[in-house]
Amino acid sequence: MKGKLLKILVSISFLFFSTSVFAAGKLNLYNWADYTPEDLIEKFEKETGISVTVDTYDSNETLLAKLQAGGGSTGYDLAVPSQHFVEIMIKEGLIEKVDGIKDMPNYKYVADQFQGPSFDPNQDYSTPWQMGSASWAYRADSYSGNGSSMMEFFKPSDEVCGKVAVFKSPEEVVNMAHLALGSSFCSEDPNEMQAVMDLLIEQKKCVAVYSSEGINERLMSGEVIMHAHWDGYSQVGKWEGVDDLTYAYPKEGVVGWFDSLVMPKGAKNVEEAKAFMNFVMHPENMAMLSNFAAYANAIPESAKYLSDDMKNATNIQVPDGIPVKFGQACNKESQALIDKVWTKLMQ
Amino acid sequence: MNIQGENKTQNRILSLLPLWIVIGIFMIGPLLVMAVVSLMESNVYGGVHFKFSLSGYRQILFDTNLFDEIEFNPAYLIIIARSFMLALAATFLSLLIGFPAAYFISRQSDRVKNILIFLVTIPFWTNLLIRTFAWIIILGKGGVIESSFNFFGLLDEESSLNLMYTNSAILIGLVYSYLPLMVLPIYASMEKMDLRLLEAATDLYSNRIELIRKIILPLSMPGIIGGSILVFVPCLGAFIAPDLLGGGKKLLLGSLIQFQFSYARNWPFGAAMAMFLLALVILVLIFNARLNRKHREYANQK
Repeated sequence: MKGKLLKILVSISFLFFSTSVFAAGKLNLYNWADYTPEDLIEKFEKETGISVTVDTYDSNETLLAKLQAGGGSTGYDLAVPSQHFVEIMIKEGLIEKVDGIKDMPNYKYVADQFQGPSFDPNQDYSTPWQMGSASWAYRADSYSGNGSSMMEFFKPSDEVCGKVAVFKSPEEVVNMAHLALGSSFCSEDPNEMQAVMDLLIEQKKCVAVYSSEGINERLMSGEVIMHAHWDGYSQVGKWEGVDDLTYAYPKEGVVGWFDSLVMPKGAKNVEEAKAFMNFVMHPENMAMLSNFAAYANAIPESAKYLSDDMKNATNIQVPDGIPVKFGQACNKESQALIDKVWTKLMQ
Repeated sequence: MNIQGENKTQNRILSLLPLWIVIGIFMIGPLLVMAVVSLMESNVYGGVHFKFSLSGYRQILFDTNLFDEIEFNPAYLIIIARSFMLALAATFLSLLIGFPAAYFISRQSDRVKNILIFLVTIPFWTNLLIRTFAWIIILGKGGVIESSFNFFGLLDEESSLNLMYTNSAILIGLVYSYLPLMVLPIYASMEKMDLRLLEAATDLYSNRIELIRKIILPLSMPGIIGGSILVFVPCLGAFIAPDLLGGGKKLLLGSLIQFQFSYARNWPFGAAMAMFLLALVILVLIFNARLNRKHREYANQK
């Protein structure tokens, strides 16, 4: 009888002690979907002998929730949050300080204005990945407007009403509404948020779908003509065959973002992660990122490695005089207002 | 009690131990975590403060408006009611399709029966997400349905049937996903049915409708109830079909909970909502148990 019990207990204890064993020379990268070029990973593996595993997420919020829930045991060595989420993750103690980023051999390639950015002034936590903006794009073959005002998107003309699609997450949408209305991001003013809500509810009558996935497919099939979009991703859509896809740079501005590599708390392969950070900052490798995802980067010298397609990419060139306003980490009050607006919109 | 008897009970407890441990670790444990989280204070960037608070539950009914005044807030009740209606509709439709299908299968020869049941279970081999995506290709603009309409000249190239992003699209997705869960239990109870009863009834001049109403329906009732529960419960919390096929324009319980854990970063409210959903499901199950008991009593009386 006792023997049996022991056996049971032993087998149960295996359940608890089966922690994963990490062999040396491995790297677990957690990145946005469609954001990691295969050839870049292969090149890194070839040069360093480190084997890389890539997992993907669909939003900053998903990444944050994962890190919060994981409590230092997510198993990821690197992740790629946007500027304001780097700030949040530092504040919440979710990412590790990385020693000697400034001494990394390839750090010298980073443009001056991106060294020690406002969200990480001493460059203790992050190295640059890619940057771009959020706004909206339209099929110029089916739409007569020219994308010069944010209101074209929020108050669609009859021509496109019912063929408009919006991101599924409140963050960028609310920020775009702020741009359209001339109010500031993370507003805590109930009257301003009421105006945002009214605008979004008015727009909803013409919205076919709220989704942040399959954007280019939806535009290609003609299911929608106007879609909330990212500059680089819309360029990729153009390359993939939506020839007339035009990214709007409205006079009110676009929502800017800047993604960086950071190391989640409890990362096991610290040296490998640092090697990757350094690797990515090399102009040739950074150019591979841009050539793949069509976003701009913080390494000026990468320009000479850019593909011809990328050099002629019209959707990612910010016209003169168009402001790029970077998203911020909102405080509790304004976050609560945003949630209320969104819940009201979706109720 | 003699020693052997005691040994027997001991044996029984011990042999059930693994089951209890599995239930404890994989069911009770997570539920407890959820219950505890639902009673905490939310942290603005996700996670919780370890401080007791009922705000998660209060938020289901009451809310401060944009101007910070407390007011009754029907938003979540509307969402809950919508989920309920949708789940009910999906269950009803599944029953409408599943019942005749199960009857048809149960009346085939053994060989055909096995093949048909096998076919019913095949969709489960593929991930639900992928199967739901397939419906986008079927229903979408220029999709399978529209292009066949085009082919037969029923629809010109430019116009669209607008099948996607509607409530009907959500319903189609839900019914498709959970139909097998309706067919299988009904089939199981029909298979056991004594066919001689049907023969006897026909011999006594009962017509087809009476045959179904008085014999087939009562005898397959346990299967119908079981199948309905199996379809209703997951539909109540579904968020894949509403999101992908419905266009995510209106929140349902499942998507509301998901929203709290991701974008809204209000874990306690999300957990409270999940507990609420759990309570709803338990209510449905209790209702089901009573229905079953009544049915059994009714059968015994006969």
